[in-house]
Amino acid sequence: MAKLSLVHLSAYFGRVKTLKDINLDIPEYNVTAVIGPSGCGKTTLVRCLNRMHEVVRDARVEGEVLLDGENIYAPGVDPVQIRRRVGMVFQKPTPFPTMSIEENVIAGLKLNGSVRNSAQRAEIVERCLRLAALWDEVKDNLGKPGTSLSGGQQQRLCIARALAVEPEVLLMDEPCSSLDPASTARIEELVLELKSQYTIVIVTHNMQQAARASDYTAFLLNGVLIEFGETKQIFTNPKRQETEDYITGRFG
Amino acid sequence: MSSAVGQLSLRYWWRKFKSATMMGATVAATLLTLVPLFWVLGYLLKQGLSGIDLAFFTSLPRPVGEKGGGMGNAVLGTLELVTLATVMAVPLGVSAGLYLTEPGRNGLMANAVRFAADVLMGVPSIVIGIFVYALVVRPMKTFSALAGAIALATMMAPLVVRTTEEAIKLVPLELRESALALGVPRWKTSLFIVVRTAARGIATGILLALARIAGETAPLLFTAFGNQFWSTSLTRPIAALTVQVYTYAISPFPEWHRQAWAGALVLTGMVLIVELSVHMLTGKKVRAPR
Ligand SMILES: Nc1ncnc2c1ncn2[C@@H]1O[C@H](COP(=O)(O)OP(=O)(O)OP(=O)(O)O)[C@@H](O)[C@H]1O
Ligand SMILES: [Mg+2]
Repeated sequence: MAKLSLVHLSAYFGRVKTLKDINLDIPEYNVTAVIGPSGCGKTTLVRCLNRMHEVVRDARVEGEVLLDGENIYAPGVDPVQIRRRVGMVFQKPTPFPTMSIEENVIAGLKLNGSVRNSAQRAEIVERCLRLAALWDEVKDNLGKPGTSLSGGQQQRLCIARALAVEPEVLLMDEPCSSLDPASTARIEELVLELKSQYTIVIVTHNMQQAARASDYTAFLLNGVLIEFGETKQIFTNPKRQETEDYITGRFG
Repeated sequence: MSSAVGQLSLRYWWRKFKSATMMGATVAATLLTLVPLFWVLGYLLKQGLSGIDLAFFTSLPRPVGEKGGGMGNAVLGTLELVTLATVMAVPLGVSAGLYLTEPGRNGLMANAVRFAADVLMGVPSIVIGIFVYALVVRPMKTFSALAGAIALATMMAPLVVRTTEEAIKLVPLELRESALALGVPRWKTSLFIVVRTAARGIATGILLALARIAGETAPLLFTAFGNQFWSTSLTRPIAALTVQVYTYAISPFPEWHRQAWAGALVLTGMVLIVELSVHMLTGKKVRAPR
């Protein structure tokens, strides 16, 4: 079943059309990888899925994105509510520098006014840090600044922070691009664990990562969706010449 | 071979010589800028220290000819004026600075605000005094602490606007976006993430502006006016250290001159304390997110 459906979706920066008429169904409780050469529109695509694209000045979207069958761009839909259902992890880890590890995890809930008491707070912090595979490393230092962690730990903290809001979908934009191989491996494991509860979309430049961690793969080129299918099929038997050229490293 | 080495060492010494000359020039320039600072401070200490005792802070000025007395009312007055001005200027200035940095706020209105702040910073302070005289003192029919504070706030607000804007501009866009992506409404993101992250920079700007206005005389001459007695009333004239120092310094009495030096020293001390707290605020490095 499709958790998210993109229907004739086009995205613009000013007058430049960056995404061109994308049609795509993202299946629920699966990992969907988005691959393609630099500048092809991967980041733009995922930012359209939680209405972050419109945060940029003069940026706009045409077409529809259906979340459980309802258009998130329909008039009257509050982008804030959409972003609580569709969480996001950015390329660079961005813990809030004024907050401790614990405060970082709880930040989304607290700012949305939905943490009731300290027992509940502690429970949420532990659960999310465990989900993000960070609990054992930080459980004795929850009061330390979030920025005092290593890059890989910071990224997992950001994942925990996104999970705390209890989204249904998790968008990850090259979450491993600034991490070492060990941290990358942890995050990949994490993605595989999380997919039983969340629908995950992950942007990556790493072909091995896409092959290892995802169930479905979308290949973008110059803002056009060239091919979408099961990851196994895309990597072993691509239907389009461009896809084959890209995954075999002939360009991009 | 040996001649090549000789040439090389000649170039080496020439380079050494240039480096030393430039180093000497920069050290001399540094000393030259520091000399006036320490000269002023030293002279102030020499002239003013003898006039400072407990009575200076606790008693009123005495009439000419009588020994003793102090500027307690002026110390209190300056504190009141600066506090009031800060209370007025900070909410205004920080809000305007925040407005200027909201994404998508580069239109006509933002440029107008920015331009107004820049112009206001360039207006001579005596003009601001006259402006507030016409606007507040005339209708109230009396000089007042309120008018003085408004004049100081008028000077302080644009400073706070621009320093707040600069401090907030340093907050990475990614941080704002991370909060928005958590489903945090925009106003909460601005207030609780962006402003909080920039808080140290904003506080530094406020303190620097405060130090700046604490030393102003001109805007107070036609507004707060000065007062020889204790007063904290908003609607009556109030004493201020700068005005008191000015009045005493241009008087013909040696005893008053001594008091003026003491007042100047106390004022400088107060400003120095503020500057030192700024230094302590900015000295602690905030770790930037990687
Ligand atoms: N804020 C922006 N304003 C204007 N154009 C933009 C903006 N962000 C991206 N673009 C343009 O949109 C196109 C797609 O960018 P996008 O960031 O989606 O690419 P990407 O596939 O994520 O690339 P990468 O792999 O390098 O991250 C690029 O041509 C880029 O120049
Ligand atoms: Mg990208």
